[in-house]
Amino acid sequence: MKKKINSNTLLLLITIALFCAMYIIGCIIYADKGFTHLQTFLNILINNSGLLCVACGMTCVMLTAGIDISVGSLIAMDCMFLAVGMENWHMSPVVLIPLVLIIGIVFGAVQGFFISYLEIQPFIVTMAGMFFARGMTAMIYSKQISVSSNELFKKLANIKIEFPFGSYVNRKGVEQIPYIRIHVIIALVVLVVVFLMLRYTKFGRSLYAVGGNEQSAIMMGLDVKKTKLKAYILSSFLCSIGGICYCMNTMSGSVQQALGLEMDAIASSVIGGTLLTGGVGNVIGSFFGVLINGTISTLVKTNGKLLSSWSSIAVAALLCFFIVLQSVFAKIKDSKK
Amino acid sequence: MSNIKKLTSKRLFLPVFCMLLVMMVNILFDLFSGNFPFSFFTISVRNGVLFGRLIDVLNRGSEIAILAIGMTLVVSSSAGTDISVGSVMSLSAAFCCMLLAGYGVSSANELAVPLIVGVLAGILMGCFCGAINGALVAYLNVQPMVATLILYSAARAVGLLLCNNLIVYVRDDSFKFFGGFCGFIPTPIVIAAICIVVVSLVLKKTALGLYVQSVGINKKASRIAGLNSARIIFLCYVVSGLCAGIAGIVAASRISSADSNNIGLSYELDAILSVALGGNSLGGGKFSLAGSVIGAYTIQAITTTLFAIGVSTDQAPVYKAIIVIIIVAIQATPLKDYFRQRSAKKATLKGGAVR
Repeated sequence: MKKKINSNTLLLLITIALFCAMYIIGCIIYADKGFTHLQTFLNILINNSGLLCVACGMTCVMLTAGIDISVGSLIAMDCMFLAVGMENWHMSPVVLIPLVLIIGIVFGAVQGFFISYLEIQPFIVTMAGMFFARGMTAMIYSKQISVSSNELFKKLANIKIEFPFGSYVNRKGVEQIPYIRIHVIIALVVLVVVFLMLRYTKFGRSLYAVGGNEQSAIMMGLDVKKTKLKAYILSSFLCSIGGICYCMNTMSGSVQQALGLEMDAIASSVIGGTLLTGGVGNVIGSFFGVLINGTISTLVKTNGKLLSSWSSIAVAALLCFFIVLQSVFAKIKDSKK
Repeated sequence: MSNIKKLTSKRLFLPVFCMLLVMMVNILFDLFSGNFPFSFFTISVRNGVLFGRLIDVLNRGSEIAILAIGMTLVVSSSAGTDISVGSVMSLSAAFCCMLLAGYGVSSANELAVPLIVGVLAGILMGCFCGAINGALVAYLNVQPMVATLILYSAARAVGLLLCNNLIVYVRDDSFKFFGGFCGFIPTPIVIAAICIVVVSLVLKKTALGLYVQSVGINKKASRIAGLNSARIIFLCYVVSGLCAGIAGIVAASRISSADSNNIGLSYELDAILSVALGGNSLGGGKFSLAGSVIGAYTIQAITTTLFAIGVSTDQAPVYKAIIVIIIVAIQATPLKDYFRQRSAKKATLKGGAVR
C-alpha cells in the first residue's frame, strides 16, 4: 500500500531538506573554520536549548490557532529573577527554580483566562503580557547583572557531558572532546515529553481538535475554553523552563535579554510545519525549525564579516517564505474542494 | 441614572473620561508635591516659542497620533493590528538619514542629496513596508499580526544594515525643521494636524470611510455587494505604512539622527492602546478617528505623568500594559453579557417587588 504524501508532511520534508542543505553548504564553505566538527552541531543545541523549550510551548498554543508573543519578555523576566535572587537576595537555586516555574504558571493562567474566558484576541493579550513582563524585568533590577557568587548554580551550568566519539585535535595539539551541557538534556527531555503528550494523551489530542475546528470540538463535548487555558499555561510553563535553560547558558540577567525571541520561536514552529490556522503541527518539525534558526546564526557568526542583523533578516525572510507557502497550499486545497 | 447611561454610551466617553482622569492625577500630584496645582495647564512663551507641559504632551504625542490614524484604519478594516509600525518608523528614519548623509557616513554636516528627496524616500519606504504587510494580509489571507510580525523584527534589522550599525547624525538646520519649530508652534503638532485633517476629509468627503467600515463588519458581504475587499484592506495597510514613515521622519528630525535601535521602540503598543482607548473595538468594524486621536494624546499625557512621578522609561510599559488589558476587558463581549444579565435580573426583581 502506498501512503499518499499530503501537503503537511510535504512541508515537514521541505524543512528537513532545507536544514540538511544549509548544513552541508556550511560544511563546504566553512570547512577550514571548523564547521565540520561535531562540536559545531552540539553548540547549536547548547545555544538554543531555551529556544527549543519555548518553541515546544509555542507549537502547543499555535495548534489551538492562538499565539503567544510574551515568551521573549517572560524569559528575560525569569533570567533577571534568577540572577537577582542569587546575587542580591542570596537565595538558593533550589528555592528559586520552583518559584520561577510558579511565576510561569500564574502568568500563563492570567493570559489564558483573558483569552479563553473573556474571548479577547490572543495577540492583544500576549502583547500586553510581553510589555508587562519586559517592564517587570526593569522593575526587578534596572542594570545588567551576572551570576557569579552562587556555586551550586555555577556547578550545574558547567557540567560537561562528554561524548565518547567524534573527538579531534585542534591546532594547538590539544584533544577536544565534544560535549553538551545539562540544559540541552532538559530541553531534549521537554521535547520528548511534549511529543508524547501531543500524540498519546487526551489533552494532546484535544489541542488538535480545538485548533482544527472549534465548532465541532464543542459539539464533540470538549471543554474548548479549558483546553485553551491549559495550552497557555503550558506555553508559559515551558517558557519558564526555557528561561532557566537560557539563564544557565548566559549566566546573566538583563532588560534587553532575549529581545525578539518570540519571533524566533514562532518562526521555528511555522518553519517546522505548524499551520498558523491551527490544527496541524508537530514538535519534531519545531525541533528542525530551531536547528535551522541556529544554523543561520552560526553561519552568520562563522563568516565574521556580516553584521549580526543579517541573521534576523534571514529568519524573517524564511518565515515569510513559509507563510506564503502555507497559504498557497491552503488555496490549492480550497480549489480542489 | 438614565442620564449617566446616556453619557457612558457616547462614543467619545472613554477617551475624554481618561483624559480628565489623567489631568486630575496631575493636579493632585502637583498639589501634594507643593507646586502650583495648575502647572500642568500653564502655557508660557519662552525664547519666542510656546512652552508648558500641555504643549509638551501635544508635541511629543504627535508621532503616536499620526500612527494612531493608520492603526485605526487597519484595525477597522481587518480586525487585526499592525505591530510593525514602530520598526517601520525606525527603518524609514534610517533610510532617510542614510540618503541625506550618504552611505557609511556616521556624521554629516551637509546634505548629500536635496532634503525633499531624502524625506520623500523615507516616507515611500514606509509605504513600501505597508504594501508588503497589506499584500500578505489582503491577498494571501495571513493573520494580520503574524504578517506584520515579520517586519516587526526585520525592519529594525534592515535599518541597522542601512546605517552600517551606526547612529547616523545629520547636523543640518533644514532637516531639524520637522522636529523643531514652525514659527512659535512646534512643527510636529502642525504635521500631525495636517495628517488628521487630510485623512478625515478624505474619509468624510468620499465613500472610503464607509467602505472601510463595511469591509471590517463583513468582508464577504461587502465583496458580494461589489466592493473590492482585498484592495481596501491593502490600501489601509499602505496608509498605515505611510503614517509610520511620516512619524519616523519626525522622530529622526527631533534628535537629528537615525538611532535604529531606539526610534519607535514600543510605539506599536502606544498606537494600539490609543485605538482601544478611543472607544474603537479591536474586533473591527465601526471606527472613530477623533476618538483615536484623543486617545493618542491621552496616552502621551499618561506617559508624561508617569515620567513626572518618577517612573523610568523601562518600567512605563508595565502600567500601559495593565491599562490596555483593563480597557480591552471592559469591551469584551462575555463580560458585557454578564453585566447585562445581572442588570436584567435586578430589574425583574424590582418589578416583582412593586407589583
